[in-house]
Amino acid sequence: MSLIANWLTGGANSDEHKRALFGIGSFLLPLLVWCLVSYVPFIWHPKVYVTDPGGVDYFQVGMLVDKTMFREEAANMEQAHLALPEGKPSNPIYLPAPDAVAKAFYNGFVNPPTNTDVPSMPASLWHSIQIIFWGFLISSLIGVPLGILSGTYVTLGRLNEPFIEFFRYLPAPAFGALAVAILGIYDGPKIAIIVIGTLFQQVLIIANTTRKLETTIIEAARTLGTRGPRLISKVVVPGILPDLYRDQRILLGWAWTYLIVAELIGTSSGITWFITQQARYQHFDNVYAAIMTIGIIGFGSDLILARLGRRLFPWDRTQDRT
Amino acid sequence: METSYLDQSDKVRERFERIRQREVILEVRGLGKRYRSPQGETEALRNIDFSVRRREFVCVIGPSGCGKSTLIRILAGLDKHTSGEALLDGKPITGPGQDRGMVFQGYSLFPWLTVKKNVMFGPQINGNGYDKAERDAQLWLELVGLEKFADAYPHQLSGGMRQRVAIARALVNQPRILLMDEPFGALDAQTRAKMQSHLIDIWRNIDVTVLFITHDLDEAIYLADRILVLKAHPGEVQEVIEVSVPRPRTPGQFNTPEFRATKARLEELIHPAPEPMPEDEQTVKPHLIRFTDVHDNVE
Repeated sequence: MSLIANWLTGGANSDEHKRALFGIGSFLLPLLVWCLVSYVPFIWHPKVYVTDPGGVDYFQVGMLVDKTMFREEAANMEQAHLALPEGKPSNPIYLPAPDAVAKAFYNGFVNPPTNTDVPSMPASLWHSIQIIFWGFLISSLIGVPLGILSGTYVTLGRLNEPFIEFFRYLPAPAFGALAVAILGIYDGPKIAIIVIGTLFQQVLIIANTTRKLETTIIEAARTLGTRGPRLISKVVVPGILPDLYRDQRILLGWAWTYLIVAELIGTSSGITWFITQQARYQHFDNVYAAIMTIGIIGFGSDLILARLGRRLFPWDRTQDRT
Repeated sequence: METSYLDQSDKVRERFERIRQREVILEVRGLGKRYRSPQGETEALRNIDFSVRRREFVCVIGPSGCGKSTLIRILAGLDKHTSGEALLDGKPITGPGQDRGMVFQGYSLFPWLTVKKNVMFGPQINGNGYDKAERDAQLWLELVGLEKFADAYPHQLSGGMRQRVAIARALVNQPRILLMDEPFGALDAQTRAKMQSHLIDIWRNIDVTVLFITHDLDEAIYLADRILVLKAHPGEVQEVIEVSVPRPRTPGQFNTPEFRATKARLEELIHPAPEPMPEDEQTVKPHLIRFTDVHDNVE
């Protein structure tokens, strides 16, 4: 545990140590609640898992029935002097226990299904990551330069920002049908939804970050003889880079939240298809495992990027705080 | 007899004679600046006239709102004037350029560059190669005494050190004039005194002309050959004072008669004694409130 804490904080002072411990605690707490609900029978367990149907003709081994119904049937059998059904208290199928999810998680990566009809979790995830990558890349290729230019040149900002402000309120999924009509049913419309969901926020956020750059710094550069495009490349961009990096991290998280909606458009694919398929077969352990994997990938990549930020921008002390 | 700020010793007079022989670097003629704002038009500067000669040290002082910062920003090319002209070596100033170095009051170093790279910025942007820029930067860092901090980032330096880097960064371009906008205004008194002596040392060793804005009278007298006193609303030149304190300057001179006379004159100009209230017989005497009537016969 302290090893992880050390890695998270970069082995800094005890104050950061404490912060890391709290960070781990914030994950352990919900996990503890989940364990309690799953393993302590009298907390919830509204169902009964039938292990022996006894005399009840419609009971089967492995069936989940309501607690009250099980008691009624047991009472009926007792009156009829037939074999009593047996079972153990259980939670509904949509709440698998942590160990089942952990097993599903392990199996998802180690023993992917051989059946080609059923998507494997790694393959689904990889497809989803590619969608995010291309969507975020295309959005950034347009959004970052446009944001920086809008933030630098007042007139350009005034020209495009009102429209972008309007457009960012339009929900990206609303463009789903349109995207399919234009880009077909495969990956095109999905990437488009990610782009629509990210790009407009990106321009505004980055324009704002650019505007916050100290004017004295730009003026100092001008008095040193910097002019025109080099003012942007040599002063504005390096000046805002740490903040730009932070913005991009936040926006990448944003892109992930659009993923599920995007993947439902056209032919379902990626992790979303995996999740809907598994839910259809009532393999909720797999569903949880997949949802958590998204969280782990998103949170993990952000942690890595935060750490990288500290390496990349040694002059920016605010990187330590994120 | 009381020493007048106008009294100059022979040495000081000769020095001013020599300065007057030198070429004019900066000439400001009838310079004016008007702002248009929602509240109406404001006249920040009106009809400013002065010139600065080579290797002269000129301070500009004035009450807040006298437009001294506007003036130096116009000279740096960061603001535009609305009337008159400002000439550097006879050529009108239209925008910023490396022929004028500027040191700002606030934090103006590039935080993403090390001290050395900050100083190299000017030479590199003006087309010098890396090696030449690095050699120059090294030289100027030695001059301001920061060669040991070449690889530090600005945030690792104290306020005084940062301003020394800013001075080196401005001077490495070898500007005709160094414009300084209250550069030591944010420093504590001790650091400030050190920086003033340090600046004089630099100025004595190299061929540079300085125009220095301050609101600190002692600082102005300690540093300047001449002091341009502005008055506010609108900003106009009130007086140009030739400082009669001999050079080389030392902190010990703060108590000399010349220094005190000059300071007294500056105070007179900047904080004029309030005009005496006009004597008016009709003035209503304040009505005294009676809090008690018990001891009416106390008097």
